[in-house]
Amino acid sequence: MIKTLIIDDEPLARSIIKDYLAQYPEFEILQECNDGFEAVKAIAEHQPELIFLDIQMPKISGFELLEILESPPAIIFTTAFEEFALRAFEQHAIDYLLKPISKDRFDRALQKYLSNKVPQQDKTKKLINTLQENKTYIERILIKTGTTLKIIPIEKIIYLSADDDYVNVHTDNGDFLSNKTMTYFESHLDPAVFVRVHRSFIIRIDQIVRIDPYERDSHRAILRNKASINVSKSGYPKLMKALGN
Amino acid sequence: MGFSQTIQTKFKLILWSCIAIFLGWTCIQTFILFWYDIPIYLAIIDSVVSASIYAISSYVIANALHYYQPEKDRYSYVLVWIIFLASLSAFCIKWSLQLLIHNEDYLAVILHSLPLRGLAGSLLIGGMAIMNVLWNSQKSQSEQEKRKSDAEKLAREAELYNLRQQLQPHFLFNSLNSIVALIGRQPETAKKMVFQLSDFLRGTLRKDDQQFIPLQEELDHLQLYLDIEKVRFGHRLDVRTHVDERATDTVLPAMITQPLLENAIKYGLYDTTGKVIIDIKIHLQAPFLIVQIENPYDIENTLSKKSSGFGLRSVQRRLFLLYGRTDLLQTKTENHTFIVTITIPQPHD
Repeated sequence: MIKTLIIDDEPLARSIIKDYLAQYPEFEILQECNDGFEAVKAIAEHQPELIFLDIQMPKISGFELLEILESPPAIIFTTAFEEFALRAFEQHAIDYLLKPISKDRFDRALQKYLSNKVPQQDKTKKLINTLQENKTYIERILIKTGTTLKIIPIEKIIYLSADDDYVNVHTDNGDFLSNKTMTYFESHLDPAVFVRVHRSFIIRIDQIVRIDPYERDSHRAILRNKASINVSKSGYPKLMKALGN
Repeated sequence: MGFSQTIQTKFKLILWSCIAIFLGWTCIQTFILFWYDIPIYLAIIDSVVSASIYAISSYVIANALHYYQPEKDRYSYVLVWIIFLASLSAFCIKWSLQLLIHNEDYLAVILHSLPLRGLAGSLLIGGMAIMNVLWNSQKSQSEQEKRKSDAEKLAREAELYNLRQQLQPHFLFNSLNSIVALIGRQPETAKKMVFQLSDFLRGTLRKDDQQFIPLQEELDHLQLYLDIEKVRFGHRLDVRTHVDERATDTVLPAMITQPLLENAIKYGLYDTTGKVIIDIKIHLQAPFLIVQIENPYDIENTLSKKSSGFGLRSVQRRLFLLYGRTDLLQTKTENHTFIVTITIPQPHD
């Protein structure tokens, strides 16, 4: 049995996939999800092999959902409208289905999935990378803790610190661990607002209260929440530039 | 038509100016010569001849300027023409008068006054030239302005058209998908939805050529949209409409409320798994129609401003294009409720 999830915000859109899939006994629909929050829980619980994923969902889009999954399964996207990003699917996703979804088209997508089942995970990973490369600066960070999902608008971030393989996102409402890398955040946060002042720190420049000299060649930035952040020798000029000095 | 008409008026103007120059100058010169005790018949002959030649020269320069419109930095050419024509006129006058008049004394006076005659000619011809140059530049300027305003109007109409169209594709394809899903399970509902969708689209198309529609028509159209959304999202959606009695005779831009409702449904529906109540409140606050749409709103997990607002932005843009004001769409959040308010100025009559 191939464990399958359907994620779409419209009940009728889910039922059409369910109907089409009924003819394939080897697929087992474990759950239907109404939004990304439900989906995160369901994916953790069922470890599906295939997901039918709607792109335009409020709160979290299909793309965003993909990004926060550690080991995303094979994906077949469903969407009402062709968009630029869909071109990436040609190479990496199993397939994408344009709504209204025809049975023929659906069958072809499933055949495609069944015929090259093995390297799906790699494909999805590649897709995620492509999506990330194309992306402009992010406006929020999605963090998955266990099966719950937390959305942090970037306005709420005070600073980010490296924490082993994770990145700790510090906000007024507490700290959250993200499975993304410092490099990812450095390139996806607006450099006019966030500066990587140290190998282990990215700070939001409007949170800085003052900058003190510290040891030889290095400085410390004192933030509004009293945190004291090391600024490395190479980070200092970057910070000064961002501050307009 | 407009073009040839302006040309005709222009030639008429030139002709009348030349006649005026002829008559005016005849009188003035006769009077001057008479003042200096020149016998009246000599004064008249001299004046008529001079005035005719000045008038002809003026006519020549006016026509020349019609076919050759000097650039701003080429006005010196016009000056050269004027001096040339004035000198030529003076000599033509001298030559003509020598043929007509045989009084030796007076011929000497003519010869003596040649520079004065040239000067007078320069002034008259120059005046004519200036009048024509001004006329031409004013006309080209007004033509340019008209072209500019025409282009702006076209761009505005195209943009308004696009703003209305952009709202359709997602809705349309998702609705078609729902119909496909319904065909097998609930054929009657599927049929009904096809008709609803058809009516909705027909309304959209019809409204392309009329900007403003009565409130009731807009509400009917909104209801069609809502019926379809109810099929898509099911029982969870509950929209309450309250229209103040005094607001029934108002008008508003066609389909201006639908993107607002779409926005409210989108962001209201997903914040709770329970029933979602959306309130539409419409009242008149003379001379404005106020439409207010409220939906529940989850501050914690809200989308960023940028991604939530295409519908709202397009409405704001439409209102700006129609009324030239940016303050007609306002949003606010109050106790987990998102409120969008649009203010529609009503026509005066």
